[in-house]
Amino acid sequence: MKIFRTAIVVGASSGIGEAIARQLVVQGTRVALVARREDELTRLASELNAVHPNGAMTFVHDVRDFASAPKVLDQAVAALGGLDILFYAAGVMHLIAESEYAFAKDRETIEVNLLGAMAWMNPTAARFESVRAGTIVGLSSIAGERGRRGNPAYTTSKAALTTYLEALRNRVSRYGVSVVTVKPGYVDTAMTRGLRGLFWLISAEEAARQTLALARRGRSGFVPRRWGLVALVLRMIPSWLFRRLNV
Amino acid sequence: MTSDHMDGRGDPRFESGDGHDGMDAPLRVSEGWGRAVRSVSRYVVPRSADELAEIFAAASRAGLKVALHGGGNSYGDAALNEGGLLVDTSVLRKILAWDSSRGTATVEPGVTIEDLWRRAIANGYWPAVVPGTQFATVAGCAAMNIHGKNNFRVGPFGDHVESFELVTPRGERLFCSRTERAKLFHAAISGFGQLGVFTKITLRLKRVETGLVRVRPMRADSLSECFDRFEENLDDADYLVGWIDCLKSGRDLGRGVLHRADHVRAGEIPGLPLALDANGQSLPTHILGLPKSEAWRALRLLMNHSGMRFLNAAKFHAAAFPQADAPYLQSLIAFSFLLDYLPGWKRAYGPGGLVQVQPFVPHAVARDVIREILERCQARGLPSYLGVLKRHRVDPFLLTHALEGWSLAMDFRVTDGNRAALRALADEITDLTLAAGGKFYFAKDQMLRPSDPGRIFGAAPLAEFARIKRELDPESLLQSQLARRLHL
Ligand SMILES: Cc1cc2nc3c(=O)[nH]c(=O)nc-3n(C[C@H](O)[C@H](O)[C@H](O)COP(=O)(O)OP(=O)(O)OC[C@H]3O[C@@H](n4cnc5c(N)ncnc54)[C@H](O)[C@@H]3O)c2cc1C
Ligand SMILES: NC(=O)c1ccc[n+]([C@@H]2O[C@H](COP(=O)([O-])OP(=O)(O)OC[C@H]3O[C@@H](n4cnc5c(N)ncnc54)[C@H](OP(=O)(O)O)[C@@H]3O)[C@@H](O)[C@H]2O)c1
Repeated sequence: MKIFRTAIVVGASSGIGEAIARQLVVQGTRVALVARREDELTRLASELNAVHPNGAMTFVHDVRDFASAPKVLDQAVAALGGLDILFYAAGVMHLIAESEYAFAKDRETIEVNLLGAMAWMNPTAARFESVRAGTIVGLSSIAGERGRRGNPAYTTSKAALTTYLEALRNRVSRYGVSVVTVKPGYVDTAMTRGLRGLFWLISAEEAARQTLALARRGRSGFVPRRWGLVALVLRMIPSWLFRRLNV
Repeated sequence: MTSDHMDGRGDPRFESGDGHDGMDAPLRVSEGWGRAVRSVSRYVVPRSADELAEIFAAASRAGLKVALHGGGNSYGDAALNEGGLLVDTSVLRKILAWDSSRGTATVEPGVTIEDLWRRAIANGYWPAVVPGTQFATVAGCAAMNIHGKNNFRVGPFGDHVESFELVTPRGERLFCSRTERAKLFHAAISGFGQLGVFTKITLRLKRVETGLVRVRPMRADSLSECFDRFEENLDDADYLVGWIDCLKSGRDLGRGVLHRADHVRAGEIPGLPLALDANGQSLPTHILGLPKSEAWRALRLLMNHSGMRFLNAAKFHAAAFPQADAPYLQSLIAFSFLLDYLPGWKRAYGPGGLVQVQPFVPHAVARDVIREILERCQARGLPSYLGVLKRHRVDPFLLTHALEGWSLAMDFRVTDGNRAALRALADEITDLTLAAGGKFYFAKDQMLRPSDPGRIFGAAPLAEFARIKRELDPESLLQSQLARRLHL
């Protein structure tokens, strides 16, 4: 069981990231909150600092500003006085209509979900390799298991993120660094609000709780676990059949 | 966020493509040779010396400090730069000119000692001063002004450098020799990469008649016998090095084996091949009965006090076989660089790596101070697993580590459990050495404190160095991790 004294949460202004940050601060971890919306971050930080003075600090940052990631990382580490764990929970999921082909949306999806993750995880992994310790948690998704008609860029970004996290884990585990891939199913957040046909929906708090449990054990997994079975089945469906299904 | 974010303007290896004030050079985790210190820095490999000015300018704009990296054979943080930019000059590796009649070479900074001897040996030349590893670059050797097992005889590396070209952080190219910019010549050699980048170095090699040395091992039963033996041979030996068993105490304290080596003259041994070609330089393929690539695994098992006691005793007694103190012939590389041929031997020290502490002690007090140091190590339960004794002499370089006296290089294994004790021991050795008028050597250092350099070099040479530095590098752009650690 790992104890985290200091953490960075990228994508902390809402949803799962916000819930992770709240739970961390309550447990006594000092947390750097990173996202674009300053007002959301400030609101959350002041709420958290009321519970734990100096428990939270904010960093306004757009993850598509790749060159800034290492600098914000350095600033956050300096402010926190170290870094035990990084959560990358920033993500976007655009709705793509039946006959729509929208490169701008695709691009943002890849930039936020994948390239932003690399921009943050590269320098973090280097730091952790250097000190021979640390945990990196990536919020991927069950959606990355197959390429789905309704979400081409999103499913691609999550498949790529999953593979990238696996590769990163294979690079740095020998240095005592954990890389944790978390694949949630449906979570009730801004991202999924208004969508139909969701099932096994859990709250952001529950997703955060399970994510933290995985992080402490340094283990990757589905959230909740039963999505692992779904993934198994999904991967076994041949392509010719998959394209005829309504998923 | 603009859409041309990924457009690559400028050189993506060190200039950001989109006008942000950062650097796009990749990050890299680097470690000191002893593996006890690591850091994350940006990393750039210049394609030619012409790019250096541009790299300095880009680093300055990005607010990054620059440090130079050669072969990375310095034990500690001398070629590291946490949070800054490392410029790796080891890839600039051309021998620009080789005069086979005079034995002078003009080389790019990244040419290694191995490159040098491979080129020179067929013409009967060998580098005048070599370190224990042939993977060191000429620039790294000049920057540290390294010494060999013949320091007492031929001086340091810098004594054999005729001239060099230095590119300063402001982008000037300065030619330096003993007659032109003589002050800078004597400051940049031993300037540990803080004054500029060596881009071209001309050095003089020494004449050898064969590629062989005659090695005479001499056992010494005590520390004072080690010193006596050493001194008996000082006048006419080409090389002298002492190995000391730092685990022995009491009457056996400081016992060891001295090796004297002398170049073999042509015709000295009738019918013997001269070994004056690269292939004639042979090395053992097996060490400790194991293929040499795997031997470190066996060493790993011996890396504790009792294992080392055993190994040291074996080494000591082996010097008496087949016949006590009988001389034998060895190739120059086998004598000079044996450790290079035991790949990964430092891994035997385990994940914490090793630090080396090498006190340099004035001749008059050397016996007493070195005895005291050996005793302190033992009292703290931290005997060195490898102790190497050398004789040195003064030289004319500004921040030289050499003195009229002796050095004992000691390797210590670092573990999570012994870090604090090692810190205390290193401080104790440092204080003892400096109080005796001794010195230390940055190429090996990881343990000195900010207050130490003043006592090592004296206030005046340090102030002179700082003055030259301000002149050439007003922004203090060149700054290795070691320089920051020691507030230099
Ligand atoms: C097994 C082993 C045995 C050794 N034995 C000896 C020995 O017997 N005697 C001895 O004196 N030393 C010895 N050393 C130490 C070694 O010789 C020095 O550390 C030497 O400086 C290494 O050269 P390098 O090319 O690896 O330089 P690095 O370690 O990469 O750098 C050394 C210094 O040179 C600077 N530098 C690098 N390139 C340039 C450049 N182009 N211009 C200006 N500055 C530059 C760096 O900033 C740094 O300060 C030994 C090291 C090892 C690993
Ligand atoms: N909800 C689900 O059902 C579900 C399922 C599986 C996986 N996931 C994954 O879980 C992660 C969190 O999602 P969520 O459901 O919590 O979504 P959310 O509530 O919409 O939160 C998304 C977070 O990402 C941040 N973000 C988006 N674009 C950003 C940018 N350009 N720069 C910086 N931050 C940015 C947002 O902050 P700002 O807008 O303030 O910048 C916000 O904090 C995502 O990776 C998502 O793909 C979610």
